[in-house]
Amino acid sequence: MDIRVNGTTYTVDVDPSTPLLFVLSGELQLNGPKFGCGLAQCGACTVLVDGQPIRSCVRPVSAVAGHEVTTIEGLGTLENPHPIQTAFIEEQAAQCGYCISGIMLYGKTFIDSHPNATEEEILRALDTRLLCRCYAQVRMVRALVRYAEGVRA
Amino acid sequence: MKPRNSSEPIMAQEALGTLHSAGFSRRNFLKGSGMLVVSFSMAGLPVKLRAAASALVEPLDVPLGQVDSWIAIAQDESVTAYSGKCEFGQGFRTVQYQLIADELYVPLDRITLILCDTDLTPDQGITSGSQSHPTEFGLNGLRQALATAREKLFQMAAAQFAVSVDELTVQDGVISVTSQPSRNLTYGQLIGGQQFNIPVNHTARPKDPRQYTVLGTPLPRYEIPAKVTGQFEFVQMVRQPGMLHGKVVRPPTVGAKVLSVDESSVQNLPGNVRVIVKKDFVGVVADKEFQARNAVGALVVRWSPGVGLPNQADLYDYMRQQASRDSYTVLSDDVDQKFEQAAHVVAATYLYPFQMHGSLGSSCAVADVQGSGPSGKAMIWSASQGVYPQRNSVALVLGIPKENIRVLFVEGSGCYGLNGADTVCFDAALLSQAVGKPVRVQLTRKDEMTSGESFGPAYVVDLRAALDDQNRITAWDYEGWTLDKGNRPNATAPGNIITGALVGFPTPPLVPGPGEPPTSYRNNGNAGSSYGAGCVNGICGGTGTISSERVLTHTIGSPFFTGPLRSPARLQNTFANESFIDEVAAFVKDDPVQFRLRYLGDARLIDALNAAAKDANWDTRPSPKPGNPRTGIVSGRGVSCVLYEGNNGYCALVAEVEVDQVTGKITVTRLVASQDSGPVSNPDGLRNQMEGGALQGMSRALREEITWDPQKVTSLDWVSYPVLRFGEPVPVVETALINRVDKPQTGAGECTITLVAAAIANAVFDATGARLRQVPFTPERVLSALNASGSFLTTTPSEQSR
Repeated sequence: MDIRVNGTTYTVDVDPSTPLLFVLSGELQLNGPKFGCGLAQCGACTVLVDGQPIRSCVRPVSAVAGHEVTTIEGLGTLENPHPIQTAFIEEQAAQCGYCISGIMLYGKTFIDSHPNATEEEILRALDTRLLCRCYAQVRMVRALVRYAEGVRA
Repeated sequence: MKPRNSSEPIMAQEALGTLHSAGFSRRNFLKGSGMLVVSFSMAGLPVKLRAAASALVEPLDVPLGQVDSWIAIAQDESVTAYSGKCEFGQGFRTVQYQLIADELYVPLDRITLILCDTDLTPDQGITSGSQSHPTEFGLNGLRQALATAREKLFQMAAAQFAVSVDELTVQDGVISVTSQPSRNLTYGQLIGGQQFNIPVNHTARPKDPRQYTVLGTPLPRYEIPAKVTGQFEFVQMVRQPGMLHGKVVRPPTVGAKVLSVDESSVQNLPGNVRVIVKKDFVGVVADKEFQARNAVGALVVRWSPGVGLPNQADLYDYMRQQASRDSYTVLSDDVDQKFEQAAHVVAATYLYPFQMHGSLGSSCAVADVQGSGPSGKAMIWSASQGVYPQRNSVALVLGIPKENIRVLFVEGSGCYGLNGADTVCFDAALLSQAVGKPVRVQLTRKDEMTSGESFGPAYVVDLRAALDDQNRITAWDYEGWTLDKGNRPNATAPGNIITGALVGFPTPPLVPGPGEPPTSYRNNGNAGSSYGAGCVNGICGGTGTISSERVLTHTIGSPFFTGPLRSPARLQNTFANESFIDEVAAFVKDDPVQFRLRYLGDARLIDALNAAAKDANWDTRPSPKPGNPRTGIVSGRGVSCVLYEGNNGYCALVAEVEVDQVTGKITVTRLVASQDSGPVSNPDGLRNQMEGGALQGMSRALREEITWDPQKVTSLDWVSYPVLRFGEPVPVVETALINRVDKPQTGAGECTITLVAAAIANAVFDATGARLRQVPFTPERVLSALNASGSFLTTTPSEQSR
């Protein structure tokens, strides 16, 4: 089957019930989405499908055929990071960073549609089974607020 | 989309880019014998990298005492350093870069640091216990090797110029005659591509921290750009040619044994499924991860009943009743006498549950094992905290000489201690050995939580204080109970972790026995309070002034594998000690900070406590807070402090909370942390550790508790093991750094977390007058404490019996 990821179409030979994460990580060898729980409880596997965050660990690959999948690799690069990635770098908003896909992609989606959201509103919107077990929250919240400032500007 | 090579170290971006574009692969370079230099064509490499490659000399056993084990300088001036202290997201890799740059006077972009590889880096044991900072700056660490190297370079330059070393200056790796700067030699000219061939000199003088120009600055972390752009390769993303995927089947109940495995149950599944059984270890291997997952779900295994578990509701009573191995931290002769003479005795008991590391990414390893016996070989990509102990223990599991095994560290999801990183190496290695191909295993969430990691053990602590008629503490009596099973794997005990035990290696049993009086004061587990003088044989090593102390710990066998979990024992003990000093302060109606200060003797701990109190604008008065109503939401503040491990980092914490007396919900509104870890090596990195420790400590204090039924662990995901989530309200976290450039570096990453439970409990008491003595502080427990009458137990001496 064909899937479209980060602007490129790939043909993959997999069981259509395979979770999208295993295809992204195993077949396409992407490092952004990660296996954390396999239960949609932590957010490490988050990707965007047509701009909306989903948990790729529980979504079968067949469900994204004909849709546009974006991982954090698709946002920006080391040389040319996306503003939300820049915000996380500038705030040094990570420890191990394993969780980062969920925090950044849920944060980005919410802020893009709610650029005037307050810190509290951003937090409330992200209270959706996302975990950072290093608890780098203090910095991550600062990074999200910084990104929102950029979106407004 | 091309797979990246996981054995490549993190390098300066420029070097990494150049290496990639040149097609350079460190693993190809080292492949085969794993020995020395260059088994690939260097023709296409830039001159700079050719020199760098030829400088990558690989000594056989990587002896700690040789400068060449730590550092190599190439003709192109590039510096390669090797360290056995690994990176787990705590930021120490960046500090090591800063150290190399400062100590050698070289720019950061010339440095490549290689971490934790049994073929390349010195054996520095385990990266744990907040030991990276003191060790790398200590006599047996990287700094001393760098200082020795610099000294040697100066001697070589002095000989060339026929001057004394005092007449030389160094800048950016160029040594010049101070009075004639045109007479100069670069490091590359002096030693490029050659070995130093000298032992580390313990009298070489490292740079004075007051002269640091790179250390002490908030250098951004090396890995963060790659992590936020999805370029970083965790151990979970290691991919090897021909790699298969494995999954394991753990016993469904604790102690269950395999009766039979029905391989026909998976024979029709796709993916070339193989079933591997070795005693009670059961696993499958398939071509793809999803196929392995399906196979492991379909495989029919019959198990014997488990061994049964103690009733969770009775755990703390159970712990007191078992035969124990006892040990004293301190044992003054006059403790009983002081209690007999006491005007008042204050006593309380504190309970702390089993908790888990709960790494966000379940543990993963890739193993490539070829054969067995003396000619077998293995390569393991691992996030273990100790690549050498992992190598030495997996050697027994595989029956392969350890010399034929290479364990390469690849950073994993933050581990916080002995999570499943080691046991999953055994899993992958066993499966790879059985199929003769590289195998990747990533545990499922349930495997990780129920039978992958080694839990942080529960504690029961009884505390008593004797007070004289002036309400002064005259004696302190600690009696604690904890549990132990296994711990880190090592060269004699692969059975210390679950997979080693499943394949038949014994888990060394806990041997009960009485405690001997201590011969010196060593408060490594922080069982001794901060207020004890710690006097043993006339030498007092504590931070306090209470000279009459008894500190006795009983350790019993654990039903679950246990191991270090961030601030092991220290967090549990500090919760008890720092809650109890607060209870005594309340009993004598004294301010919690002032009361602590009356019994502290250590200037640095006093400074740390004062710093946190000052930054928090501490409201000096006794607890509970006067005037708080007994209904609705009330606020309060609490404090705690400790010298971590008795010698490894001074810190204090003020917590401010709101307590909803209707629902029992605690909201932490502000945390103010102070820390003195000697010279601050990277202020932003230290703050990141303190902030993360503060919130992780909140999660452990408010939420976390492993649960089980009569047969098995029932905390198996993030619903059944609730933790603080992203998106919940975050308290204001403030950090006060105390920079002691005249003191040795101490531990940094575990100080703040040690203090959180006690500071919150003390703040809740301040707000409500209700004392929380059992972690986690769930709303039910808060309501129960609010309903309890009398906040602490006091008895007269005549009622005491021991």
